[in-house]
Amino acid sequence: MPYLYNTPEDQQAMLEAIGASSIDELFDPIPESLKLDRPLDLPPALSEMELDQHLRELAAKNANTGNSVCFLGGGCYDHFVPAVVDTIGSRSEFYTSYTPYQAEASQGNLQVVFEYQSMITRLTGMDVSNASLYDGASSAAEAVLMAISCTRRHGKVIVPASLHPEYRLTISTYLENLDAEVVELETPAGVIDVEQLTAAIDDTTAAVVLQQPNFFGCIEDAQSVANAAKEAGALLITAFDPISLGILARPGDYGTNIAVAEGHTLGTPMSYGGPYLGIMACDKNLVRRMPGRIAGETVDRHGNRCFVLTMQTREQHIRREKATSNICSNQGLFALRATAYLSQLGPQGLRETANLCLQKSRYAAEQLCEQERFSLAFDQPTFKEFVIRDADNDVEGLLRSAEQQGFLAGVPLGQWYPEMADCFLVAVTEKRTKAEIDQLVDALAQEKNNRQGRQEHQAETVQH
Amino acid sequence: MRNTHDTKLIFDLSKPGRRAARLPACDVPERDLAELLPAAALADAPPALPEVPDPQVIRHLVNLSTLTMSVDTNFYPLGSCTMKYNPKRNERAAAMPGFADVHPYQSDATIQGMLEVLYNMQESLQEISGLPACSLQPAAGAHGELTALLVAAAYFRDIDEPRTKVLCPDNAHGTNPASAAMAGFDAITLKTTADGYVDLDDLDAKLDESVAVLMITNPSTLGLFEPNMREIADRVHAKGGLIYLDGANMNAILGITRPGDFGADMQHYNPHKTFSGPHGGGGPGAGPICVTDKLAPYLPAPIVRKSGEDYSLDFDMPKSIGRVRAFFGNVGVLLRAYAYIRTHGPDGLKRVSENAVLNANYLLSRVKHILPVPQGNRCMHEFVASGKDLKRDKDISAMDIAKRLLDFGVHAPTVYFPLTVPEAIMVEPTETESKETLDAFAEILFRITEEDAQTLHDAPHTTAVSRPDEVRAARQPVLVHAE
Repeated sequence: MPYLYNTPEDQQAMLEAIGASSIDELFDPIPESLKLDRPLDLPPALSEMELDQHLRELAAKNANTGNSVCFLGGGCYDHFVPAVVDTIGSRSEFYTSYTPYQAEASQGNLQVVFEYQSMITRLTGMDVSNASLYDGASSAAEAVLMAISCTRRHGKVIVPASLHPEYRLTISTYLENLDAEVVELETPAGVIDVEQLTAAIDDTTAAVVLQQPNFFGCIEDAQSVANAAKEAGALLITAFDPISLGILARPGDYGTNIAVAEGHTLGTPMSYGGPYLGIMACDKNLVRRMPGRIAGETVDRHGNRCFVLTMQTREQHIRREKATSNICSNQGLFALRATAYLSQLGPQGLRETANLCLQKSRYAAEQLCEQERFSLAFDQPTFKEFVIRDADNDVEGLLRSAEQQGFLAGVPLGQWYPEMADCFLVAVTEKRTKAEIDQLVDALAQEKNNRQGRQEHQAETVQH
Repeated sequence: MRNTHDTKLIFDLSKPGRRAARLPACDVPERDLAELLPAAALADAPPALPEVPDPQVIRHLVNLSTLTMSVDTNFYPLGSCTMKYNPKRNERAAAMPGFADVHPYQSDATIQGMLEVLYNMQESLQEISGLPACSLQPAAGAHGELTALLVAAAYFRDIDEPRTKVLCPDNAHGTNPASAAMAGFDAITLKTTADGYVDLDDLDAKLDESVAVLMITNPSTLGLFEPNMREIADRVHAKGGLIYLDGANMNAILGITRPGDFGADMQHYNPHKTFSGPHGGGGPGAGPICVTDKLAPYLPAPIVRKSGEDYSLDFDMPKSIGRVRAFFGNVGVLLRAYAYIRTHGPDGLKRVSENAVLNANYLLSRVKHILPVPQGNRCMHEFVASGKDLKRDKDISAMDIAKRLLDFGVHAPTVYFPLTVPEAIMVEPTETESKETLDAFAEILFRITEEDAQTLHDAPHTTAVSRPDEVRAARQPVLVHAE
């Protein structure tokens, strides 16, 4: 076994010290009737070389950004990861340590969390940030629980259809056994109708959840949504795109009370959906209801500045069933990567990244809409994503054909929005080049010809 | 040797105009922001992030890394956390572009290799737990607890038997009662006996048809296998309730006994503990759960299915609780766990548990003469010593011992948990440590307990900082660096 030290002689000496005759005897506390009387039915062990080969074979079966051009979005994006982020993320002092329970043994880790919190508050315009949660969707659900607890309103939570469908589903799942009801707001225009929202809010509403830019890539009128929530005494939860804050107004600027995000875009690879980074920041008067760990600055016994985990009376290991959340392990490694990423980018780098996403996605949208078959589903300004409606209503065929030509062209929306079965979501990050965008447009345009060819061929076959 | 300049806060190392990132020129026709976006949506200026070049980012963070104790640098016997070696071949595997650079909304046809790994993980976890269904979706152990309790609630709703209570022994992880409350249940504490086992009389007193689930950690947080496990499960089942196994301590029983065989209806795994995924300075973990057939329809969707040689995601689960997060799960962690399980095979996994238990018992045999271990002579993968006598006789607390150990290059054990043991010191050596390391730890511990109290009260003496003022941190919170 590659990771074990004990030789048979070691084992013998240890058993003697213990006063046991065999290793089996150490398992005597387990009743014989409960023991497994056969080996586990698992494949046999692999050497490192065999393992490496096995995994390379499996990895080779997956299309990835190395062999396909990715225009997929919907909460996960193919952004660039600078080399310094990988170097820092591979420091094994960081990745093989655990939660900094002993502050003296973890000053590096704690200072990084403090710097991360500081960067997140600057990014969002919020007062305080925690040390991370699991991902964007579960952070949104935690924010809803927090809002219910802060407002003591157990009536309802308003989520628009323009919020990521998996975020909505996560919120509903979290609330299933609690009193509060999830009220869904239709968004046929691609954004929240503020009048309709105002009509839906009442004095039992704990929170309104806004996504900016929203799931369709559209820019919401965040200030009006915030005003509507505020007037009714409900909290505004905003799910934001960290990259967009290079150019867009910050959640704190328009009165967000709890800001959450999927933070994988700050230097963490897509990895088929996780592990990612749940970002949460909030107003300072809500901090004692915030879930998750928080690092704080203090001094040590010599008066030197140092950092500790603080406000732990919110947490499960102290408060048990009265804790603000059950979270224990968070996503520390990706808070570290985000810290490295944001440091490397700086304000100008973030602004340029956001601008490239905006310019390129607008170019892509225009080029696609040059094709008679395609149009934008919504007449709204967008940031880095947009929804294309396919007049031929063959999204599946279109995307499959693009796949075969090396393009991961878009996310079909019919799976979540039955009325949008003829629509797909296209995301364009700073990594996409004009050439790639032009090739995508060609590939999608060509598909129509191919398909027409196929159909004509079939028709001819039938006639004959 | 310590570099105090480059470990200043990164904001203090920043200078306007210094920048690292240089992005490509825009290769599409560029337009004014004002033309593309409504004025109200725009920020006045980009966020006030630090401005530092690459070498500064690296020197700053690499120096901070050296101020952090880790498994790769130190013995790290943090009880309950299973701080075992994190194999480097697993890191290489997870970073392969065919795994790392894959988007979660790619079609099944483009990710057959990924789905094969995940399907095999479901199968392996089911076999190791003796439970026939699996969801890989939860993001951490506590998240798995919450998910399983939501599954249980959905099951009881579906059979029209709404139940309100979840029982948790008093030595349970704090996550158990916290998860119960989050899932909408009343968390009821169950007493344990002086021996550290579930008090059967108290169980009988609290067990009725309103109890949905008994959450049990077995081996327990005291490192003991619950001798009445089957009896407890039978009593709970007789009242129609379910058993949840907190799988934090699976490292003790791989291939030896299976939760499904000792009465559990549901369990989570902590792959970052049992299957060596690194702990990442606080995460990520993953929290896959396994359940019985009758609970399978309620699992979060999707599940990976195999038909012939094809793998696909199954979303068609009408009774599913829904989702507990976006996308598939913490795939990067699951891949590392897969690499670990494939490296060991069935015999290897059993050797892991045997050596984890051997190492813990050996260390117990060396430590019990130095610090009393109230719950006995033997243990499974960890044990809990008590500093109660030292506290009384010499005014040396468990925390003092923890802090002084750092001076000797050993990470502190878990202290003050479980709550049932006064001045608790919870030690889990894991199987990836040598007899020499365990001997050295026992000798250090002995030496420390012989030291004068003041030396311990002032410890640690060799670390970058010593005894942070935690009261000040909580009462006058400074949670961000002021702009």
